[in-house]
Amino acid sequence: MAITKEEVKHVAHLARLEFSEEELETFSEQLADILNYVAKLNELDTTDIEPTYHALKITNVYREDEVKESFPTDEILGNAPERENGFFVVPKVIK
Amino acid sequence: MDFEAVIGLEVHAQLLTKSKIFCSCSTEFGAAPNSHVCPVCCGMPGTLPVLNKRVVDFAIKLALATKARVNPVSVFARKNYFYPDLPKGYQISQYELPLAEGGYIEIEVNGAKKKVGLVRIHMEEDAGKLIHDETRPVSYVDLNRTGVPLLEIVSEPDMRSPEEAVAYLKKLRSILRYLEICDGNMEEGSLRCDANISVRPKGSDKFGTKVELKNMNSFKHVQKALEYEIKRQIALILDGKEVIQETRLFDVSRGVTQSMRGKEEAHDYRYFPDPDLVPIEIDDNWIKEVAETLPELPDAKKERFIKEYNLPEYDAEIITSSRKLAEFFEACAKALPKPKLISNWIMTEVLRELNKEGKEIDETNLTPENFVELLKLLDEGVISSTVAKKIFPEVYKGANPAKIVEEKGLKQESDEAALEALCQKILEANPKEVEKYRQGKKNVIGFFVGQVMRETKGKANPKIVNKILTRLLEQ
Ligand SMILES: [Zn+2]
Repeated sequence: MAITKEEVKHVAHLARLEFSEEELETFSEQLADILNYVAKLNELDTTDIEPTYHALKITNVYREDEVKESFPTDEILGNAPERENGFFVVPKVIK
Repeated sequence: MDFEAVIGLEVHAQLLTKSKIFCSCSTEFGAAPNSHVCPVCCGMPGTLPVLNKRVVDFAIKLALATKARVNPVSVFARKNYFYPDLPKGYQISQYELPLAEGGYIEIEVNGAKKKVGLVRIHMEEDAGKLIHDETRPVSYVDLNRTGVPLLEIVSEPDMRSPEEAVAYLKKLRSILRYLEICDGNMEEGSLRCDANISVRPKGSDKFGTKVELKNMNSFKHVQKALEYEIKRQIALILDGKEVIQETRLFDVSRGVTQSMRGKEEAHDYRYFPDPDLVPIEIDDNWIKEVAETLPELPDAKKERFIKEYNLPEYDAEIITSSRKLAEFFEACAKALPKPKLISNWIMTEVLRELNKEGKEIDETNLTPENFVELLKLLDEGVISSTVAKKIFPEVYKGANPAKIVEEKGLKQESDEAALEALCQKILEANPKEVEKYRQGKKNVIGFFVGQVMRETKGKANPKIVNKILTRLLEQ
């Protein structure tokens, strides 16, 4: 399976990553190698096998609907580069 | 050429749980910014979400109420995108195995009943809130809403007009409120609605290019946005132009929809099962447990009100559209077996006050006891309907009707001798009108009744006054 540079660019953009032409070249090859390696699994016959949605064989883990104390606002905002009146401040996003 | 619209709705309903879907932070509305936030809901690395069981209970409730199939196994998935209101960089939602699929909601428009199919009902977490600064190029982020549980209800593209879409939305809201799982407040955003809409030549079975509409936060907006969009799309087609698949926002002030450029490419969400959350298995026992908590739903209640209380279909529809109002009606009907009188008064005086204040009946001081007492006073002829209507606003505010009548001396004058004397006096004072009556203008009697009512400040029993006046005039 071949991965085009365009596909790498698209995925990189979705992840907000920027690559040089050289890197794009390298990653196209590496991603193709990885996908081809995993594609080996397609050789297995999986008819009648339930898809696995979770690595652990457990289901139904819940908590009751109870309110506990949240964190102090100061601490929540602790890592924010900019804050004002209890809000995080970010560059303007257009709706 | 005749066109028809094809409309599907995606509704998000905020659930009335106490705590968030994956952490124990409060869901309370209106708290100070970022005061209901913890490492789980603000997406700190190394934290683990744990599902709030009540969210599943609520979702099963809605599934049962809409006859949807509850999936025996359902899983959460990550929907990946970047936005400042989404601290983790993904929203925990459901994709491949939603909680429920199928089902329908029955609507009625202009007397025609119709079932609107449901594609799916799934659980997910809400995002935070962004406030945009008017003067500086910045936005403010409040994460209190992050992680508040939502149900997303996706309909089939079964609706053919804005009226059907609004009827569907109103019925869905009413069901959610009956189930007490969502307060349905569109202005505050606890019920949100997006629409997919396309048009096509009437009778065609192909779909046109669809447009997604957002930013409609009232029934009126939904109606207006869809109406505008149908006109816009038809005009494009008649002009030989193409409808572009895009997301458009409803501009409330101008009543138009506007293209929201640039978000198109973001529709690549790369869903995958969330490894932090284990699958949900729902067996028949669980479903049975929830089924036992289901209240009588609006459609069933409406049918019963028509049969049991002989209400006109229209009255039954309005009164049962709110569970609280329906319960108020029934409490009254038990105390005073005059359902039609009660419904007439609810449909007029009560609803007028409620609509004026935008309140539900249980948020007011009007009690079934006081309301029934007022209607009894009226029904037994102790007060006239003019007086009853006049004092209703006070009763609505919590005053006791018998006390008002007593204190203000509002009892209806039914003493025939006293009324006859008064009638006589009024006839003598208006000889011209009497002459008119005797020459055949029988409707002059209304004038005399009015005079008597004025003299008695509305307290005269109009039936008796009419009888006396007729007798005196025919002499
Ligand atoms: Zn939290």
